[in-house]
Amino acid sequence: MTVKRGLAEMMKGGVIMDVVTPEQARIAEDAGACAVMALERVPADIRRDGGVARMSDPEMIEGIKAAVSIPVMAKARIGHFVEAQILESLGVDFVDESEVLTPADETHHIDKLQFAVPFVCGATNLGEALRRISEGAAMIRSKGEAGTGNIVEAVRHLRSIIGDMRKITQADSAELFEWAKRLQAPLPLVQEIAETGWLQVPLFCAGGIATPADAALAMQLGAEAVFVGSGIFKSDDPAPRAKAIVEATTHFRDPHILAKVSRGLGAPMTGIGMDEVNQKFAERGW
Amino acid sequence: MEVGVLALQGAFAAHQNALSECGIKSRQVRVAEDLEGLSGLILPGGESTTMSNLLLRSGLFAAVKEGIGSGLHVFGTCAGMILLARQVSDGRDDQVSFGAMDISVQRNAYGRQVDSFETDIEISGLNAPFHAVFIRAPRVSRLGSDVEVLATFEDSPVLVAEGNCIAAAFHPELSLDSRVHQIFVNRIENAVVASKS
Repeated sequence: MTVKRGLAEMMKGGVIMDVVTPEQARIAEDAGACAVMALERVPADIRRDGGVARMSDPEMIEGIKAAVSIPVMAKARIGHFVEAQILESLGVDFVDESEVLTPADETHHIDKLQFAVPFVCGATNLGEALRRISEGAAMIRSKGEAGTGNIVEAVRHLRSIIGDMRKITQADSAELFEWAKRLQAPLPLVQEIAETGWLQVPLFCAGGIATPADAALAMQLGAEAVFVGSGIFKSDDPAPRAKAIVEATTHFRDPHILAKVSRGLGAPMTGIGMDEVNQKFAERGW
Repeated sequence: MEVGVLALQGAFAAHQNALSECGIKSRQVRVAEDLEGLSGLILPGGESTTMSNLLLRSGLFAAVKEGIGSGLHVFGTCAGMILLARQVSDGRDDQVSFGAMDISVQRNAYGRQVDSFETDIEISGLNAPFHAVFIRAPRVSRLGSDVEVLATFEDSPVLVAEGNCIAAAFHPELSLDSRVHQIFVNRIENAVVASKS
């Protein structure tokens, strides 16, 4: 587990970018991405196209692996352990058991302890995060609402996860039993948070980041790194925006640098308001 | 004494925990001004391409290079080792390094993440083995004659020192064992004593 969690530790302070072609992967690496997520369609397109979204074609993933030297992640459907087995055999560095793809199992997530490859899973609240950690996830990310270019859901999830951790550190030992019950999470993991004040694995932000300011907001709220999905390659001019988001994630507390990197980036992705979203990906996962 | 940890990207928080275990105050370094008054600097693990990119854009590259030249003590782990090496293979063509140690390293030489591993190694000066975590680790492929080898794994040097620099291919900050960080702190303290005498 140290080795799996260790790679997540190495990605802290960095930006993981969704890419659909080797060329986009190179743009991401040039911009300073600390990893790329290889997929066939970015979430905004999955949302638009509808239908069933599945694991990407291995050939496409291999093309991206060959194009860059940084770690490559890929997505498997929730509960689809065979897709995860295939991704592991391809040598991807991290598997995202992702709500952006159509779930394959309505009750169970993948038993991630059976794999050598590390997994990242989404969470909307602390209970969900701890259930994923108990199944073997080496990294937790907020779900946000992928493909919307709208940060509001990611903020909600980060505030919920981090706020509850803060409350748990104030609870006495008897109250921890009630916390475990309320969160539907294993008691030992709740007790560990009471002691350390933080999750057992790194907590990253995903879902709706479209600007450098969005990335810095997630970091100031307590996220330890960010995923940017549709926000880069659905914008007018991806390369400078990718660079700016990388710098904003590093210098997230420095408004002068944030102002400097936010200048002249062209239009961000258009985005959609939550009242216009007809399918919430974040509701997938149990 | 205060030690800086380069915090552009990577495992800087874990290094700060290890330094605090040694009773050493630490500071995150993101811009050149953050270097002021430091006795040492840790270059953490992470992605060396990302760090190289951000070092150039923040103006820190020149400042750190100058600092190392004028005797700043530096400890590089994994990506940090790559940043200290004179030659880097399997990196990007535009990737920069400080070239402060006369070693050549091969990036990601042990393979991808599924090939990452942990193992006990013997370190010169420590009386019990150290549990070392190797993650997409670099391999030292050439050693200059002035480089001291403090530990090896499978015939490759994994902890090396030269002048005011020390570098590890593994991640001592992930082991919850601060003895390697203590070696770095001792080197700084010994240099201070030596300069006074």
